[in-house]
Amino acid sequence: MNEARAPRGPGWWSDARRRLSANRAARGALALILLIALLSALAPFVSPWSYDSIDWRHLARPPGRIAAHWFGTDRLGRDLFVRTLSGVRLSLLISVLASLVSLAIGIAWGAIAGLAGARTDAWMMRFVDVLYSLPYLFIVIILTTLFERGSMGVLLLSLGAVGWLTTARIVRAETRSLRRRQFVEAARALGVPPAALLLRHIVPNLLGPVLVYATLTVPQMIVFESFLSFLGLGVQEPHASLGNLILVGAEEMESAPWMLLVPAAFLVGLLLSLNFLGDGLRDALDPREH
Amino acid sequence: MLSYALRRIAGFVPTLLVVITASFFVMRLAPGGPFDQEQALPPAVRANLERLYGLDEPLTLQYAHYLRALVHGDFGPSLRQRDFTVGDLIAQGLPLSATLGIAALLLALLVGIPAGIVAALRRDRPADYCLNVFAALALALPSFVTGPLLALVFGLYLRWLPVGGWQPGAPRYLALPALTLALPVAANVARLTRASLLEVLGAPYVRSARARGLGAARVLWGHALRPALTPVVSYLGPAVAFVVTGSLVIETVFGLPGSGRYLVQGAIDRDYPLVMGMIVVYGALTLSLNLVADLLHGWLDPGVRHE
Repeated sequence: MNEARAPRGPGWWSDARRRLSANRAARGALALILLIALLSALAPFVSPWSYDSIDWRHLARPPGRIAAHWFGTDRLGRDLFVRTLSGVRLSLLISVLASLVSLAIGIAWGAIAGLAGARTDAWMMRFVDVLYSLPYLFIVIILTTLFERGSMGVLLLSLGAVGWLTTARIVRAETRSLRRRQFVEAARALGVPPAALLLRHIVPNLLGPVLVYATLTVPQMIVFESFLSFLGLGVQEPHASLGNLILVGAEEMESAPWMLLVPAAFLVGLLLSLNFLGDGLRDALDPREH
Repeated sequence: MLSYALRRIAGFVPTLLVVITASFFVMRLAPGGPFDQEQALPPAVRANLERLYGLDEPLTLQYAHYLRALVHGDFGPSLRQRDFTVGDLIAQGLPLSATLGIAALLLALLVGIPAGIVAALRRDRPADYCLNVFAALALALPSFVTGPLLALVFGLYLRWLPVGGWQPGAPRYLALPALTLALPVAANVARLTRASLLEVLGAPYVRSARARGLGAARVLWGHALRPALTPVVSYLGPAVAFVVTGSLVIETVFGLPGSGRYLVQGAIDRDYPLVMGMIVVYGALTLSLNLVADLLHGWLDPGVRHE
């Protein structure tokens, strides 16, 4: 009875929220991400052009107010405002989904290795070490060329397949320290089966550190995705992604620098603000270390 | 140290073998083949081609043949680039790729370590903040963005350096590619140096060195710097992997005729021997450089040997 009425201190999450909103860089970063996301969601409604419509009268036009080509057009007369923002939308979508895929694999792998016996654990983590020591790009390139190019599912899978290694390591380390804690021992003593032990007692307690790493995975995935598109292995024309826009822009930069600068600016803004937000979240969720 | 070194070296061949095996089978199981074209080849021609390159044999037999040839240093013929063997193609581009990678690593260390030392000594002053911002930028931006941007500024506007391309014997053409490749590595090196030097400078033995009346320079060079560089050495392994993969991109960005482009082109063309050759060469390169970094780390930091 008395316990229920005992004064409750601020919870872990509200503490974290307070610390995060006190962090000016993280707040600015969050605002910028929301702005870019909002802009990319609204772009199709604001501009009269679509990502593949061609304006024959304005080929390779610099940014300006003519014919609503605010960011200019490319060599084929396609509007860069719409193409860049639809590239942002695609990049964000792919990177968030790929992060989720890699999180799922990483959590499952790490938690199982952490709970399993020493031998299984050693084998599972040795596998991770081997993958770590390889250039991840080889794996992605082989995976993406396996199937039809530009297929979204394959792109997601191959991105997710390389992103899970660090998550698995973090999760395993946390699991190994959690399994010795009393509440886990108590649950085990009460006869909770391993699967339920994992899902009900271990995984919820992993979410803090995993969440921090997840926010840092998203910008990494954006880089991987645009990189694959840059090499011509990711998103295919006429669809736009930040990667293939930058590729075309780099080819045209002598005569039309805006074709490089516009998508590059969006990519830079997105990556920097996601990184700042991730750093802010880490400081907010884990105040011990910083 | 010897048993540590032997254990590390013993892991090398099995890892490489796993990589070769996995990529061999994964690539063959994928749909599509090297002779797929817009217009399908007549079945007889196709069958002849496949027999010529031994593609009609059972997969396991092909694998055995491949491994046997590989042991003799033979990577096989390229299926798409007529009259070239994979060994020739890779050997043509490898010296340039290697020069680029080594130049980038050296540049990263030469810039990163002094920058980290300065930042640690000038902690929380403008120089430190500047470095922090630069490092954040260099780490967040992928090289296919920094590369074209640097080319735009230094190549097109300032006209100091060539925008891209390559002329044998003209190191100017390597300046921008090496800089682009080195930037993120330098940022990491600077951050690691700064953090660990700050930690070492607070350690009791450094304090006692100061208490003995040694000057700041003597303390830094004689006592603090060497232990502070251990994290940098252990970062060399991942840095090497980064530089090896990064050079693939840089060669595309700056139009350098290195060997990196064959990986992507070969994968698109389903030129099996070419991709396999690239994987074997680059994989062996990464693994052996990682090995060197591991051994160096074990030599500097005895604790690592007994993990």
